[in-house]
Amino acid sequence: MYQTNQYEGMLAETVTLQGHKGETINAYMARPLGAGPFPGMVLIHHAPGWDEWYKECTRRFAHHGYVTISPNLYFRDGHGTAEDVGAKVRAAGGIPDEQVLGDLDGANKLLRSQPYLNGKVGVFGTCSGGRHGFLAACRSKGIDALVECWGGGVVMKQEELTPKKPVAPIDYTKDLSCPMIGLFGNDDKSPSPEQVNQHEAELKKCGKNYEFHRYDGAGHGFFYYDRPAYRQEQAADGWKKVLAFCEKHLK
Amino acid sequence: MCTSITHQAKIYGRGKRGEEWIDLKECNVSYDHPYGMPLEHALNIDFVDESKGPAARVAVELSVDAARQLVKTIEAVLAQAEHQGVLEDKHQAAVG
Repeated sequence: MYQTNQYEGMLAETVTLQGHKGETINAYMARPLGAGPFPGMVLIHHAPGWDEWYKECTRRFAHHGYVTISPNLYFRDGHGTAEDVGAKVRAAGGIPDEQVLGDLDGANKLLRSQPYLNGKVGVFGTCSGGRHGFLAACRSKGIDALVECWGGGVVMKQEELTPKKPVAPIDYTKDLSCPMIGLFGNDDKSPSPEQVNQHEAELKKCGKNYEFHRYDGAGHGFFYYDRPAYRQEQAADGWKKVLAFCEKHLK
Repeated sequence: MCTSITHQAKIYGRGKRGEEWIDLKECNVSYDHPYGMPLEHALNIDFVDESKGPAARVAVELSVDAARQLVKTIEAVLAQAEHQGVLEDKHQAAVG
């Protein structure tokens, strides 16, 4: 916990990395100043895009002692405001799961190549980023903890599968390779409380290390202070649980 | 996206973005997270010209009721124009 007489410094900047198929994408990276060692964190932005909330969230994790990177998963879709690029991706039905996994692997590798990393890397994602985080924690190597916030589309019906999303993430549950924490709002429609129950039942069946927290009076995206979905009390408690979980598994 | 409910139509039109009128060649309609509306999901219409990049966009985000009302209103206006014999569809062939 930060003390007021403590020195604090941070470096935050745009970087590039080699993502899926070795393609270059950009990313936002923030880290505490100092030799470390620091744990790493990959932030997976939500469907609306690589926006200011995610930049601030990147700095937030850095403030709490994590070398944090948030790759721009929409890099290949052109450049403009985060909204304009996000709207383009929305119209295209999102981005392919395989491409996301490749980009997240690239971010993980970049973190692991830094001399100040403590050897551990977590992933954090909200909305579609929560779904992508769960997929990555099941299918990629080198992830030590997962924070899934209201991952929509972890549970999918057969008719919802597409070439970009060919497999429901829940079907990979047996391969989950790290502890996970899940935060959900009970008023959410995607994921609905029923889908969250299915998600949990599968984790339990597979004997995975997980903790789920469900919040009354909260829907989708209750961390987003710039949206009407924001719920102060639930968000404050959620952040406390997320940071405690990361401290336990990554530091 | 969290719902991935999206459809696209080729269109022939122009839209005003700031002080500038731009060509609009595609219409992307989705029911998903909006950017400006204080709703979790909205009926979003992005009139765009894909060839000009993501910024060539005129966006509208509507509540479900508003979207249904818009559809009815457009249909009513077109029906009235057709009834009066003033519909111009000369660009239809050009845009397929």
